[in-house]
Amino acid sequence: MTKEHLNYLKKIRREKIIVITFQILILAGFLIMWELLSKYKIINPFIFSSPSKVIETIKNLYLNYNLIGHILTTLYETLIAFILGITLSFIIAIILYEFKILNKIIDPYLTMLNSLPKVALGPLIIIIAGANTKSIIVMALLINLIVGIMSIYNGFNNIDKDLIKLFKTFNASRLDILLKLTIPASYKTIISSLKLNISMTLIGVIMGEFLVSQSGLGYLIIYGTQVFNLDMVMSGIVILIIISFVLYKIITYIEKKLLK
Amino acid sequence: MNKLLSIKNLNKVYYSKKDEIEAIKDITFDIYEGEFVSIVGPSGCGKSTLLNILTNMDTKTKGTIELNKNLKLGYMLQSDSMLPWRKVIDNALLGLEIKKEKNTENIQYVRGLFKKYGLSNFLEKCPNELSGGMRQRVALIRTLALKPDILILDEPFSKLDYQSRLKVSDDVYKIIKEEGKTALMVTHDLAEAISISDRVIVLSDRPCEIKNIYKIRREKNGSPIENRKDKNFAYYYDLIWKDLAYHDERAS
Ligand SMILES: Nc1ncnc2c1ncn2[C@@H]1O[C@H](COP(=O)(O)OP(=O)(O)O)[C@@H](O)[C@H]1O
Ligand SMILES: [Mg+2]
Repeated sequence: MTKEHLNYLKKIRREKIIVITFQILILAGFLIMWELLSKYKIINPFIFSSPSKVIETIKNLYLNYNLIGHILTTLYETLIAFILGITLSFIIAIILYEFKILNKIIDPYLTMLNSLPKVALGPLIIIIAGANTKSIIVMALLINLIVGIMSIYNGFNNIDKDLIKLFKTFNASRLDILLKLTIPASYKTIISSLKLNISMTLIGVIMGEFLVSQSGLGYLIIYGTQVFNLDMVMSGIVILIIISFVLYKIITYIEKKLLK
Repeated sequence: MNKLLSIKNLNKVYYSKKDEIEAIKDITFDIYEGEFVSIVGPSGCGKSTLLNILTNMDTKTKGTIELNKNLKLGYMLQSDSMLPWRKVIDNALLGLEIKKEKNTENIQYVRGLFKKYGLSNFLEKCPNELSGGMRQRVALIRTLALKPDILILDEPFSKLDYQSRLKVSDDVYKIIKEEGKTALMVTHDLAEAISISDRVIVLSDRPCEIKNIYKIRREKNGSPIENRKDKNFAYYYDLIWKDLAYHDERAS
């Protein structure tokens, strides 16, 4: 290895160290500020809680309130809604792409549905699907489906027109084109839409839990609000942040593996 | 000579919301067995449209196309697009796969073509590892895989740089001749047309009509690169150049 190359690698490493150091500093600074501001009552400790109280509350939740169970409920619902969402988006996108006329017909309705704040449908969903997990999944689907369908459909539309023409020179049937071109070509788009999809799904699940549930992190947060235990609310939010971060990282990792 | 393809009074009009675009006007010509025929014409005059109609990818508006018996046409498109997720060999077998003719015999035939034309080392590679010239040859093999009687080529060399263009056109010519195919090629490169073909059909601006058909006579037929040195080369170049330049003047 040449000296220049070594210098180059060193420079990259130095930059990485700087970035990580500052990231840690910012997090630590934030936590310390939060703790101090709360301790000296510069912010209302009852409303904003504090890191030490959050840790204490989480311990308490873990011991007395089945915290793991709540986390698992939320994760379970997210996973189901996520897998269902991807599968349905894929199927619907194929139908819309294959039957362009259908797409034209329902376009205004899709636009309407898309611009509607989905949470407004919450009460209706509860009446139809019942106050149970089903409603939560439906809520999450309402939110992740549109994004999923649109990104996969756009992927289909961006397929190289020359390749479609090539298939036609071989007199390929529509099924051939679908199976041998459209679907394999959209693999990348689908994989890279997973990240956005998991965030959307989590939003939907928490929203659903706010509305109906008896368990899950969304329930914990709402319950905390109702009994005016804001330490519990804050702890719920902190756990949620950690979960969404971890899920995002897992999906990024899977994406990297699959696109290699 | 055996007439394979006969086109009579072919017309094509495209319709759009606003107007009609006349792309092809009254084109008549024949193709004979073993011939290499080139079509030259200004860009946008309707050359690709003509090939699309011949290969049933587009419909004609008027006229007749007679194909001798059950002859098969093989269409090699202007772009050498390949499915990036398939290995080179699987790309070359795509046509056979779609036509459900991917049997051992045909696979052997395709592998044989790769070997014959010096591409054996690339069978298992990804398409994006190939150079432009190699991709073009693989695209030709992909078309040949279905054993067509007449090859239809749309500007097969237009995406290559000048050097590889000469080389690849020599290779492609050799492949077509060795496989004993009849060929109809569109190009906008006069020199290429004159050096590679037995006949050159010159088209006018859109809507394209046949301006002239030249039978290319040489002292000695050789490879396209050798043919460029033939003493009649400049003569034909000049004639066709004038045919095409006339339209440029009129347009400007
Ligand atoms: N599907 C189509 N619909 C309408 N117009 C078309 C279509 N395809 C080609 N044209 C028009 O026909 C003319 C000839 O096109 P083309 O055959 O591609 O020309 P070229 O000689 O460059 O291959 C062009 O003016 C083009 O705009
Ligand atoms: Mg063209």
